[in-house]
Amino acid sequence: MVEPALPYAPAPQVVLEVDDLHVEFRTERGVLKAVDGVGYTLHRGEVLAILGESGSGKTVHARALLQILDSPPAFVTGGTAMMDDVDLLALDEHDMQGMRGEKISMLFQDPHTALDPVFTVGDQLVELLRTRRSLARRSARDVAADLLDKVGIADPRGRLDNFPHQLSGGIAQRVMVAMAIALDPVVLLADEPTSSLDVTVQAQVLELLQQLVAEMDMAMVLITHNLAVAVGLADRIAVMYSGKLMETGPAWEVYDDPQHPYTAALLRSIPGLDRRQDRLPAIKGAPPSLLRLPSGCVFHPRCPHVIQACKEVVPPLLEIGADRYSACIRVGEIDP
Amino acid sequence: MSRRYLIRRILIAFPVLIGTTLLIYAMAFALPGDPIRRLAGMHLISESTHREITQRYHLDDPFVVQYYEYLKGIAHGDLGETFTGQDVSSIIAERFPVTLKLTLGAFAVEIVLGLVAAFVAALRRATFIDSFVLVSTLVLITIPVFVLAFLAQLMIGVKLKWLPVAGLQHGWLGYVLPWLVLGVGSAAAVGRIARSNLLDNLNSEQIKAATARGLPRRRVLGAHVLKNALVPIVTILGLDLAALMGGAPITETIFNLPGLGQMLILGVRTENGPIVVGLVTLAAMIFIFTNLFVDLLCAYIDPRIRYG
Amino acid sequence: MDSHLGQTAEVALGPLMPELEPDAAPDATLWGDVVRKLRKDPRFIISAGLIVVFCAMGLVPRLFTGADPKSCDILNFAQRPSSGHWFGTDILGCDYYARVIYGARTSLIVGFVVSGFSVAIALTLGSLAGYFGGITDAVISRFADVWFSIPTILGAILLLELIHGGGPIIVALVLVLFGWPDLTRLVRASVLSGKERGYVRAARALGASDGEILFRHILPNGIAPIVVYAAYSVGAAIAGEAALTFLGVGLRLPTISWGLEISIAEGRISQDPHLLFFPALFLCLLVGAFVLLGETLRDALDPKVARRG
Repeated sequence: MVEPALPYAPAPQVVLEVDDLHVEFRTERGVLKAVDGVGYTLHRGEVLAILGESGSGKTVHARALLQILDSPPAFVTGGTAMMDDVDLLALDEHDMQGMRGEKISMLFQDPHTALDPVFTVGDQLVELLRTRRSLARRSARDVAADLLDKVGIADPRGRLDNFPHQLSGGIAQRVMVAMAIALDPVVLLADEPTSSLDVTVQAQVLELLQQLVAEMDMAMVLITHNLAVAVGLADRIAVMYSGKLMETGPAWEVYDDPQHPYTAALLRSIPGLDRRQDRLPAIKGAPPSLLRLPSGCVFHPRCPHVIQACKEVVPPLLEIGADRYSACIRVGEIDP
Repeated sequence: MSRRYLIRRILIAFPVLIGTTLLIYAMAFALPGDPIRRLAGMHLISESTHREITQRYHLDDPFVVQYYEYLKGIAHGDLGETFTGQDVSSIIAERFPVTLKLTLGAFAVEIVLGLVAAFVAALRRATFIDSFVLVSTLVLITIPVFVLAFLAQLMIGVKLKWLPVAGLQHGWLGYVLPWLVLGVGSAAAVGRIARSNLLDNLNSEQIKAATARGLPRRRVLGAHVLKNALVPIVTILGLDLAALMGGAPITETIFNLPGLGQMLILGVRTENGPIVVGLVTLAAMIFIFTNLFVDLLCAYIDPRIRYG
Repeated sequence: MDSHLGQTAEVALGPLMPELEPDAAPDATLWGDVVRKLRKDPRFIISAGLIVVFCAMGLVPRLFTGADPKSCDILNFAQRPSSGHWFGTDILGCDYYARVIYGARTSLIVGFVVSGFSVAIALTLGSLAGYFGGITDAVISRFADVWFSIPTILGAILLLELIHGGGPIIVALVLVLFGWPDLTRLVRASVLSGKERGYVRAARALGASDGEILFRHILPNGIAPIVVYAAYSVGAAIAGEAALTFLGVGLRLPTISWGLEISIAEGRISQDPHLLFFPALFLCLLVGAFVLLGETLRDALDPKVARRG
């Protein structure tokens, strides 16, 4: 078990405020609500983990913030994302481009698909520095080497001349990190940054991210389906399911005392080394098709505590404590 | 560039070169029947000429020897003689410039029209201009070169009288219609493929990633999208040479250009076997070398090919 | 084919190639989706409709004209279209409409023979080369490269000149001889990438034989680009035959061929444009129908078409 991250000290500055974000996909077969009313506040120096399975909308929401969704078929139909008094979702392409990399940046899941195979690592870093920082080629190369060094790559100068396919997964991901932080962003959206890596390398990259967040006073939204990763790194956790938020709160609290049946079920389904289990408790049923969501609470078909009201009313995100929210109408009455 | 890739690629080209010349030679000389009479077609051959040719080209020797002598000849630029005693190689040398000008011009049309159309259509996906490009390229691919040639001659040469209908009496102007006719079909084919490649690239993860980290759009398009689309485009340009070479005889014949293509057809009509064999061999060799060059170029562009 | 229609299969069909969609699981309803998309696509209806009409022309020309294309009255030569002769008459006085209708059969025979044989050869050799790799692949690939290096039209001109021409079947076979490498490479690439799929490894682990794996798993899933290319190749073959016949090396009289009619029309292009117009029109329509069919099939079979538009 990884040590819980210490909660951030008081008086944090808000760097990103997402409110009521809605993203839908218009397909031949119908309209799909990928993100349905998601909102959160992010503070400087903080790590917020967005935890959810595939199809929960976590990746889509991040891409919506950076305006890199394929539109069509995706459309942002509502909500705001305030950063520096500017709504990211309302910016035109030119202004958005100014924000990308410098204010808000993204780390992709698979470094080998996200890096351009026909350019060297050095070329890709240098071009970014030259176009956005107006550096001369030589100084850009120096800065690039420094960046690679900062992310813990040995022989940074040598690596500049490597092509992406010559790098191992771990090194490639570190290169991606270097590129994502090259312009010193305020917010970093890390989309499953370790999912394509071996377990040992995963730990190293996560450690690197933790270190960079502290060093650079960055805020990070860590998108993951892996609870251990979330708890290990994050200050706060937000649990997403079928496009909606189920529960949010400080990481350790959510882990120790979940206040939503879905979160609790997730926790139970993780095999424990310290318990003897004859059967892995999986959550019964399957996530619903986003084309035909259940009525009322999206989780109700799979929830062990479901009552009639759950099928009729869409539960709002209820405040149940300091910085603690849950979207379950039965919160408090039940032990999830 | 990785020397291993270079060597390997050239090593592959070699047997193909041998194989192709062997194939053409075999078609001419190893089919059942008397090859000399077949190549001579309707021309009568006296006994003494027959004997002389048999001896000169070693036709009584085992096939392997024949072929070896033939190869030796080619290496020295000797493609044999026609039955009227002319040297095939010199005929080719004489007519080569015309065909070269025709092919280069058509190639230029192909690249410029094709790639411009592709870029414009890809960047303006699903707009009117995109649909226009799609429809027009489809039409241009469908119309056979000779029909297009006639249409062009009729419309622009006869009716509008903007350009000469045929021949080179008016100098360079005589090439314009042939360039367009030969090049436009290729342009359409290349344009469609390039457009679809560009579209795939524009929506790829790596382009999204480059955009996400703050790279300006101009650089994203001009460097990343372009370079990634380059390999298939260069490849198709090389392969399209076959279409240009195949269209040259038709174009030169209809527009009365004194090039190798016209010579080929004349050779067929006058049943002049050696010329036909020589020209096809030349065409094949050019094609092989061009594609070798294209492959090496692609390896230079895309490191995965040469290190992979 | 080295008309623009061939435009080397792999590059042309790139987006459709299996290797570019890494883990797309075989969709049990793929064909259901495909049929649905096709039925809604006006381009498919037009092209399929045209092809049906032309096939009818080829199979039952009597349905379209009662006239006999071979009964010619020389006194009536080169007449403009009239109510008696819808397309006019040709230089020997034959009813041009009938000649054009009957010409469809020749073109279709060539088109289907070329496509059929090419697909058969390509599936065989391409599968062998892709599946077994090693020496088999090297030999087949080099052999294919040799034939591929001779541009189709030029090679066909050479061969037809050497064997002094022939009927539609011969011409078709000559075109196959120079056109088979293209589709073969496509099949080979398809098999190569199909070989690495998860379900293939699973099948192998379960003890399936090579034949089973190839025919029940790899080929059915890689069939899309092949079907598309087959459609294009019919069009390319028809255009190729017309070009060869036009040049004088393909079909000869008394075979009725649009290419022949166009070449005869060349001499009288200004006086009797109708001689050029009608066979050229039909040629373009038939070739266009197959090319359009190929397009629609490709769009229907390509999972990414929503993005590419």
